[in-house]
Amino acid sequence: MSNMRSLSFDAIIIGGGGSGLRAALELAKSGKKTAVLSKVFPTRSHTVSAQGGITCAIASADPNDDWRWHMYDTVKGGDYIADQDAAEYMCSEGPKAVFELEHMGLPFSRFDNGRIYQRPFGGQSKNFGEGGQAARTCAAADRTGHALLHTLYQNNLKNNTTFLNEWYAVDLVKNANGDVVGCIALDIETGEVVHVKSKATVLATGGAGRIYASTTNALINTGDGIGMALRAGFPMQDMEMWQFHPTGIYGAGTLVTEGCRGEGGYLVNKDGERFMERYAPNAKDLAGRDVVARSMVMEILEGRGCGEKGDHVFLKLDHLGEEVLGKRLPGIVELSKTFAHADPAKEPIPVVPTCHYMMGGIPTNVHGQAIMQDADGNDQIVNGLFACGEAACVSVHGANRLGGNSLLDLVVFGRAAGMFIEGALNEGIDYLDASESDVDAAMKRMSRWNESSGGESVPELKAELQDIMQNAFGVFRQEDNMQEGVKKLADLRERIANAHLGDKSNAFNTARVEALELDNLMEVAEATAISALERKESRGAHSRYDYPDRDDVNWLKHSLYFPADKRLGKRDVNFTPKTVDTFEPKVRTY
Amino acid sequence: MSTLQVSVYRYNPETDSAPYMQEFQVDTKGRDLMVLDVLHLTKEQDSSMAYRRSCREGVCGSDGMNMNGKNGLACITPLSEVVKNNKLVLRPLPGLPVIRDLVVDMGIFYKQYERIQPYLQNDTPAPAIERLQSPEERDKLDGLYECILCACCSTACPSFWWNPDKFVGPAGLLQSYRFLADSRDEATQARLADLEDPFSVFRCRGIMNCVSVCPKGLNPTRAIGKIREMLLANAT
Repeated sequence: MSNMRSLSFDAIIIGGGGSGLRAALELAKSGKKTAVLSKVFPTRSHTVSAQGGITCAIASADPNDDWRWHMYDTVKGGDYIADQDAAEYMCSEGPKAVFELEHMGLPFSRFDNGRIYQRPFGGQSKNFGEGGQAARTCAAADRTGHALLHTLYQNNLKNNTTFLNEWYAVDLVKNANGDVVGCIALDIETGEVVHVKSKATVLATGGAGRIYASTTNALINTGDGIGMALRAGFPMQDMEMWQFHPTGIYGAGTLVTEGCRGEGGYLVNKDGERFMERYAPNAKDLAGRDVVARSMVMEILEGRGCGEKGDHVFLKLDHLGEEVLGKRLPGIVELSKTFAHADPAKEPIPVVPTCHYMMGGIPTNVHGQAIMQDADGNDQIVNGLFACGEAACVSVHGANRLGGNSLLDLVVFGRAAGMFIEGALNEGIDYLDASESDVDAAMKRMSRWNESSGGESVPELKAELQDIMQNAFGVFRQEDNMQEGVKKLADLRERIANAHLGDKSNAFNTARVEALELDNLMEVAEATAISALERKESRGAHSRYDYPDRDDVNWLKHSLYFPADKRLGKRDVNFTPKTVDTFEPKVRTY
Repeated sequence: MSTLQVSVYRYNPETDSAPYMQEFQVDTKGRDLMVLDVLHLTKEQDSSMAYRRSCREGVCGSDGMNMNGKNGLACITPLSEVVKNNKLVLRPLPGLPVIRDLVVDMGIFYKQYERIQPYLQNDTPAPAIERLQSPEERDKLDGLYECILCACCSTACPSFWWNPDKFVGPAGLLQSYRFLADSRDEATQARLADLEDPFSVFRCRGIMNCVSVCPKGLNPTRAIGKIREMLLANAT
């Protein structure tokens, strides 16, 4: 492809959401030649949909709050497969990163003393679980993600970051040594395909909730970075761990923040019973999300669901009063009226557990460096490749993420990756250039679609994939169902390989982008399915009827999915934080 | 009657010498769908149709378009709100160049946003914790910071149609006031000086189309009024 235009950067950041923009900001300030490549204008990224807040021990609501308590909650919430060195880094660095956001202008809500408002969220405690409920989630009303994303975009403008907006990354380019040296990208507006060369490539591509039929995720959440990394042969970690948010609006899937329950709302079944009191006597509605989601499904399966079909429950908020709703949850009032035709000041919101977050992803260290395993099973850095945000698995969330920890993850690890890359560039990075055949290899699937002359259509295949995942890999899982799902996915992969792109035009061809996204959904779905089938225990968000208990003897481990032979391996969890004692695995109750 | 007559603006620069309207029959199965859902159904009939979309819940601002003559977000506009006589006409946002179909070139809109320096400016060394702000000071940002940059307002504004290069437009001015109103921002004088000409602010004629179309219920006209007051107070 010698006639292809190329661009060269010190660092290319793929994805313009919270983590990508935070990494970009760090690099732009350093004066490195950096660009953010995003398939949507950055403020259209999914971070914008985050509502309730960013959890961090800034000691505002409680002057005695301690990041170690936050770390304890995070490790327990993750059912003990969060890496403790990473959780330690996130929780201890967090306050610095949050104060920076405030200094950049983020319009946090405030307490009377002028400090940042913090609300209670699920799984939060004081004094290592001994001191009762904490209020640790910093909020800008219920629009924290919007406020955060716009603030980061604004500060990138201030620092003259280069943006390649509405560009789509197709595949990674690897050199003869296997180092990642850039990517192939499509300028969506013109249809031009460009070879982007870079010394550091950061995958900040977010989640992939669109593998499920029902999800809180934006339509753009198709796991593009995960797909690219898997096609390049790199392993994925803990891909069976998908969070189902307890409160997606029934029918529409749109998110209703956990902050509703933080502000005093609670769930009821068809008898009007506050059922979480039975499942989590202490934390009740503010237990871990996996616990609440499972409890809701149990209520529904046992015939206590609401509505004609008995297939959802109610979130009751009317007792909070119009003033609290208007001040603290104005976005929820809007969303509920629009998508549930219910005014929460008068009637409850119908809700159901809905796919929300991918705890798994590209394994990285705390600097964002991607990790693979050598032949002996030892960690090995992937030269040139970085990941942060939801696409990465550092892992701070383990088997279940706590509410408010994703926004913290974004800024802490976006920042960390930026700082590390700056240092590495200062020391000098020199990888072999990609050869023409290396570039051709990355062009392969794009060419496949462009040359397709017949076959099934993209929307139908996508709908089928989403149904398979929804039916076999939901809140509760079991062997035979998953076996069947894996088989169906294998068949679907064949069909997608022969599917048809009808529109071959160049200018803003969204059909081509959706076709390329389908390949990524396929990669994520298969990695999820095989990882879920092979992890024979129940832990965090991964609940199996056939293996209902946690198995610390065999599975106090990360899973590692290898795409070449579709095999599931294991990787040790880090239990050696630097400044605190290890949190030993305990029975997890709320 | 569940078949909706949908008429969509089409233009592909590679193949069309002029734009045209394409007709679709969409079976809504009697549901009160969102306009975006209807667009998905038309795209299933003709995959070559282009439009932007992302969050599908009214917070990302991707799918601003003109629906039966009024600008709004397709994802949070139910058919019952816009459809008359069983007909839905979808056009790109007015006043901006069309790239393809419902996708417009938002370059000049973003340029006006950048022009107002949309970031907090404060050169006082920051404290070790956050800068303090009272709830009352913070309340002044409500109704301003929530803007999603969908461009529904600016592209409904005759003054912006006429002078998109010189008049900042309702979206840009709303954000300008968001920083002027922020107790933490120190650049008030520089911000006002930059707006002090016959076009940037004063081309607003109070038509208030911006207010009537804003999908977030914001009020750019009021913000523009506040900037005018600050400019006038500054001048005397």
